[in-house]
Amino acid sequence: MGIRVEHITKRFGSFVAVQDVSLQIRPGELSALLGPSGGGKSTILRIISGLETADEGRVVIDGQSVDHLHARARNIGFVFQHYALFRHMTVAQNIGFGLEVRKAPKESRRRRVADLIDLLGLQGLEDRLPSQLSGGQRQRVAVARALAPEPKVLLLDEPFSAVDAQVREELRRWLRRLHDDLHVTSIFVTHDQSEAFSVADRVFIINEGRLEQSGTPLEVLDDPATEFVARFLGEVNVYDGRVHEGFLRVGPIEVAARDVADGTPMRMILRAYDLKLWREEPGVGVVRRVLLLGDRVKVEAVLDGAGPLFAQFPRRSSLLKGIEPGCRIAVEVSTARLYPLPADPPGP
Amino acid sequence: MAALMGTVRPSPGGASPAVLKPGAAGIAGRGLFASWLSLLVALPLAVLAWHGLEGGPSGVLAALELPYAWEALQLTLWTSAVTAILNAVMGTATAWVLVRYRFWGRSLLSMLVDLPLAIPTLVAGLMIVNLFGPQTPLGAWCKGLGFPVAFAVPGIVLALLFINLPFVVRSVEPVLMDLDPAEEEAAVILGARTWTTLRRVLLPPLAPAIAGGTLQGFARALAEFGSIVVVSGNIPGRTLTSPVFIFGEVEAGRTEAAAAVSVVLLAIAIGLQPAVRWLNRLAGARHV
Repeated sequence: MGIRVEHITKRFGSFVAVQDVSLQIRPGELSALLGPSGGGKSTILRIISGLETADEGRVVIDGQSVDHLHARARNIGFVFQHYALFRHMTVAQNIGFGLEVRKAPKESRRRRVADLIDLLGLQGLEDRLPSQLSGGQRQRVAVARALAPEPKVLLLDEPFSAVDAQVREELRRWLRRLHDDLHVTSIFVTHDQSEAFSVADRVFIINEGRLEQSGTPLEVLDDPATEFVARFLGEVNVYDGRVHEGFLRVGPIEVAARDVADGTPMRMILRAYDLKLWREEPGVGVVRRVLLLGDRVKVEAVLDGAGPLFAQFPRRSSLLKGIEPGCRIAVEVSTARLYPLPADPPGP
Repeated sequence: MAALMGTVRPSPGGASPAVLKPGAAGIAGRGLFASWLSLLVALPLAVLAWHGLEGGPSGVLAALELPYAWEALQLTLWTSAVTAILNAVMGTATAWVLVRYRFWGRSLLSMLVDLPLAIPTLVAGLMIVNLFGPQTPLGAWCKGLGFPVAFAVPGIVLALLFINLPFVVRSVEPVLMDLDPAEEEAAVILGARTWTTLRRVLLPPLAPAIAGGTLQGFARALAEFGSIVVVSGNIPGRTLTSPVFIFGEVEAGRTEAAAAVSVVLLAIAIGLQPAVRWLNRLAGARHV
């Protein structure tokens, strides 16, 4: 059951929450909407579910337009950010609610609830109230409740944000396994890139209500389509300059800019972990600070004629030998990306 | 229910920092407050009860057989009950609007809800008479329809509606604020219709707060004197309520009868208190 979102736009007053976004989600895939908070991801999810109505555009599920259908008739499973479990109902009553209001026969309802309790590892918790569960258990109950009426698609809004870091890791793996077992077409919203990349088959990067890029995690990581995506995916160095004879030169760095007219302003983005540097005289820059970030080390340097440069390495990297504040360094750039600059930069 | 509360909240006692070990000053302080409370509440209560029960339970019954005493009590009970129940519905709806919507004039509306607690109830009664009195256009029109408001039972109902409006609103409001609207959305997505969502998802967590506020409003209405003495016309056997009846007996120097009827009102009011407290605790415990 694929999902197609076609050119949807949603305004709240004068604020444009979603602007002409189209998504294509293939049947059985687990997709992530990734982007900074307040970027419109949840609004897209709510429009697909029918909780929100788009001002323009349409939503097609399994080949059928669902715009005329009320949220209760779309047969969608939705897992809310804070789970929204019914606080006065037990775990079993929560899971059975969707079947009960759809008037499923009592016996089949009981069986389905029991199956889901087994599937999600909630045995022994049937008669607990939500307030008596841990964060991870609540989430599993929320997923079980959403799956009970056998929805065509499952939507999860920031499903891991309300649990602490350790449990989150475990829940990610669990969600991936669950999806591999059930193959329900699923979309989840997250602002955490490692979450999106470790769990999803396909990632849609959303910023300020627009779709920036879509692709598999590797495609997006290796080839960020826009400056926003490149910046969003980790620490970067940004240098602006003008193209001269097919190259953008910033200080000692030179990147080929084929088929770009001379004098065109461009922005060069170097990822902090795409750089190599080592101690060398006379070199092209000088180290200012060396910061320990857990299992990684960040080197802050100044590049002659270009400005600040940040690089990251594994803590035990041999490149770090002799690197200390004040030493001269050589730099090797394995991957650099050029993006057009909309306006003139303040002079190269 | 006790099991529910016990599990939702950590049981009190143990290492609770709020419990102080009594030192000399603590004992003196508690003595002071205990005497203060006795002087203000317990002593007058005891004297009244003693006075009212002088003739034994049969004395109370005899007082109810005084002309119009029983009618007054019946009128007081049913008008209080009807207005409390009406306000249970309207108060819950008002709390809903105040919590769930942001609109121009919202804080003004919130202030209006508290007004009945702030203004003298006598003034409240006067407002109703000024609006619905037989000389006013509205009052004359109502009377013409055979439905007089001032100096009649509808006036009493109106006054009591005004007086006990704040109770349900203020008891439901905090519980409602604590409810996640996503719970209702979850119900809708799972296929529930509006009525089912209301009945199965929204109302159960609010029920203790609604019931608690309703009982409080009911108790308050039983006691209402100021507005009713102005509004009802105080016609014995028709629009005379128990508090006004008591006042009349005191005025006439028949304090025994006044005390006996007071004991009945007191018994009801005090009898409701444990229920109100229990419901309030339950409403509080539902805040997860």
